[in-house]
Amino acid sequence: MKPVSALQSGVRNGLIVGFTAVFIVLIGMVQTFAKRFLVGDITLSMVILVVFGLAAGGLATRQLARWDDRLSRRLLAALVSGLITGGMLAALLFVASEVPLRDVLVNVTPEMVKALSLDLPIGVGAAVLIVLTAAMAVVSVLYGLLPARLRRSILEGIAAVIMIGLFWEVILGLDVSRLVLKTVGLKASKVLSYPGGIGLLIVVTVLTYFRSSVRPSATARASGSAGSSDLRRYVTIVLLVAFLAVLPFAVGLFWSQTLTTIGLFTLMGLGLNIVVGMAGLLDLGYVAFYAIGAYTMALFSSPASSLGLAWPFWLVLPLALIAGVIAGVLLGIPVLRLRGDYLAIVTLGFGEIIRILAQSDMLKPYIGGPQGILETPSPFFFGIQMNDPRYLYFLILGACLVVVFLSLRLNDSRVGRAWIAVREDEDVAQAMGINLVKAKLMAFAIGAAFAGVGGAIFASRQGAIFPADFTLFVSINVLCLIIIGGIGSIPGVITGAFFLIGLPEVLREVDEYRILAYGAGLVIMMLVRPEGLIPSARRRMELHEAEVAATPGADTASVGA
Amino acid sequence: MAAVSGEVPASRAPVIRVSGSRLMLWLVGLGVTALVVWRVSGTLAQAIYGPDIWILQTLNGLVQGSMYALIALGYTMVYGILLMINFAHGEIFMIGAMAGYFTLTGLDQSGMLADNPVLAVLITFIVGMGVPPLVGIGLERIAYRPLRRAPRLVPLISAIGASFFLQQAVRLLFGIRMKVYPTVTMLSGAWTVNLGGRDIRIQHMGVIIIIITVVLMAALVFLIRRTKIGKAMRAVSEDKEAAALMGIDVDRVIMITFAIGSALAGAAGIMWGLWYKQVIHTVGFIPGIKAFTAAVLGGIGNVPGAMLGGLFLGLVEAIAPTALDISTQLKDVISFGLLVIVLIFRPSGLLGEVLARKKA
Repeated sequence: MKPVSALQSGVRNGLIVGFTAVFIVLIGMVQTFAKRFLVGDITLSMVILVVFGLAAGGLATRQLARWDDRLSRRLLAALVSGLITGGMLAALLFVASEVPLRDVLVNVTPEMVKALSLDLPIGVGAAVLIVLTAAMAVVSVLYGLLPARLRRSILEGIAAVIMIGLFWEVILGLDVSRLVLKTVGLKASKVLSYPGGIGLLIVVTVLTYFRSSVRPSATARASGSAGSSDLRRYVTIVLLVAFLAVLPFAVGLFWSQTLTTIGLFTLMGLGLNIVVGMAGLLDLGYVAFYAIGAYTMALFSSPASSLGLAWPFWLVLPLALIAGVIAGVLLGIPVLRLRGDYLAIVTLGFGEIIRILAQSDMLKPYIGGPQGILETPSPFFFGIQMNDPRYLYFLILGACLVVVFLSLRLNDSRVGRAWIAVREDEDVAQAMGINLVKAKLMAFAIGAAFAGVGGAIFASRQGAIFPADFTLFVSINVLCLIIIGGIGSIPGVITGAFFLIGLPEVLREVDEYRILAYGAGLVIMMLVRPEGLIPSARRRMELHEAEVAATPGADTASVGA
Repeated sequence: MAAVSGEVPASRAPVIRVSGSRLMLWLVGLGVTALVVWRVSGTLAQAIYGPDIWILQTLNGLVQGSMYALIALGYTMVYGILLMINFAHGEIFMIGAMAGYFTLTGLDQSGMLADNPVLAVLITFIVGMGVPPLVGIGLERIAYRPLRRAPRLVPLISAIGASFFLQQAVRLLFGIRMKVYPTVTMLSGAWTVNLGGRDIRIQHMGVIIIIITVVLMAALVFLIRRTKIGKAMRAVSEDKEAAALMGIDVDRVIMITFAIGSALAGAAGIMWGLWYKQVIHTVGFIPGIKAFTAAVLGGIGNVPGAMLGGLFLGLVEAIAPTALDISTQLKDVISFGLLVIVLIFRPSGLLGEVLARKKA
């Protein structure tokens, strides 16, 4: 974007943010989030309205021309931008309250008007909206004047209040907090109170302010002697293990169930990470292997299946793994010679074929058609039936740890390096003596094996599986978590799983917007940070190299990813 | 430019090397062919279906194929110019169908559909072909243009994201309910043709859809072959830098390409709504993939190829379940299977040879 004058920037960004804001209101986010209280009477939708103002101001002052970058001009740009955004929202409010649009736009309801006008009369509400967004736009400029350290601390303080406020109910619902509250004999309110929120804001802001001042000496101490850093590492590992071990008992049944879901997606994410992240083969039909693992488990272990074998879980688990490997190789052979985008579409077709077949009447006598397979038993472990999510958590945690370990080792292995070479440039890799067939089939097979195991555990956790469990959305979900977390980065995948899978479970309202947010997330990540939030060092380097290497004429000659 | 296209070594390597995987592929191919021949000859020999069924299925196939062809044109034109798969194109089609639904419903409620059906349908097509280009241009501007120089997978992932975003945006804005197109009485009749003692109903709507498709395709061919902007499009798809040096505004040409492709997809969307009567926010996904298959079938980047590929796929889908005597539930499996087979054995498509080799 070219640098522009303050007025131009204000108008342009005001319109952009305004349209985005109107869109967000029209998809019903504001009225949905009006029921979620953060602190006292402040709802999440109010926070969203404030963010509109801040965004209008922040964007408007981002790329001002040098000659037009004085404080007064910045304030002008922000003010104009904020007024336009607020004006558009106010106009929406008037239109929504006067014109019956509900037949077309389903979210234009009295609730929307109520949430948008902050429960005030329409005229007053509109005025408040305009003043609020304009004020927030100005605040965003003033905030930029603060010293960097203070800015950071305030931001962290606000983030902490929002996070704790959002998850207040969840935190109170955990087994451990119930226990603490009971022993102390306190009764907590359902929403974070004003004194609590303000106190939290001040405490976190002050703490982070002073923490950032002591940090340099702390890192100096850490790197001081090798012995102490080793000790630190062991202590961290021990603490982490202890934390993971106690976790399911501290959080209770419901959240243990959520943890197992996160674990399953981590498992799949790590598997897909090998195929997409390491070998660079974009696989959109990854759910097929998950389905194959799940169906293998259900077929062999359920007494209600057409085979009726009712084999124990531990016997079928390796079978599911082998089934995954076979499916991976079978898919791999035909698509070996396809590159990039064609591969994506073929694998997508493959995933759909598997689902349609599972659903079809043709295979109904064997795998149950749309009714799926019921009565898949949960595994026994030394005589304990692991039907409790807290036990399953450990099973999945174990599987995840094995997969993390394997991924780490593969990353540094000969095969891992071959994959990276193939991802970078197939022709050069082949010229360097890498067996393309072997490398690609290995990637498909290992990725599919992880998914097969995940599917098998999923089947025995659910107790019953249906073709509807294995839609394209599962593949897209997994793809999102590895891309947003950071392609090729193992911590990135785990973080991605926690946020993308865990968050919608915690905040049920978010679920409605989940896929929309995933889609937007993919686009935004590609535009802004294609290496992901927690990128692997190598990936980040590559992408920057690609940017530098791209000469004006090289737009079609890309890295053969 | 070696890494650019999805070209296979098969067409490059003059030396015949028989590797294990290649051999296995050909065996699988032979097996599939044998299976198809066996099933089809079985069905024909038993004469389960009379000629009326076959003719009806052919007509249905042509109608369905027209829609696939119109969508496939968008894929193929964008691929010809940008060498990227516009994954969100199916959603553009869906947006056309939705825009058509709201227009036609509005006209129905105002009574215009009853009073002046020709004008009402015309207005529906104008709106339904006018809205998708706006979305298509926006999509290109926001999600693709900044990524034109990024590694190949980056714009594809962005396109996948955009596809889900558009689908969900329509769901959240306009609701999850199935939307039923109002009946256009003028078009809902049928001609009855008597053939060997059996009546065949040829629906007016089907014929109209085929005619509109032919007109649109003719217009497109005229535009590409005879107009200045068509010349510019051909130049840009040939060589972007040289075209830019010749004074062609490449960004503008790409924008127009997206707009034309989106308008055609929008027309297909309205046809879908008129033919199948109901649309929903997920309606774009499967036709999108099918149309991509059609584009690949005809040779991606090749405009006549996309038209032929679309019609061919429509026919296969309509006739194959009958011919193979299997459930129509599996017709999607047939199309996806066809896609996989074509990509493996002839990724340059039926007519795409020239272009694929040129760009490799």
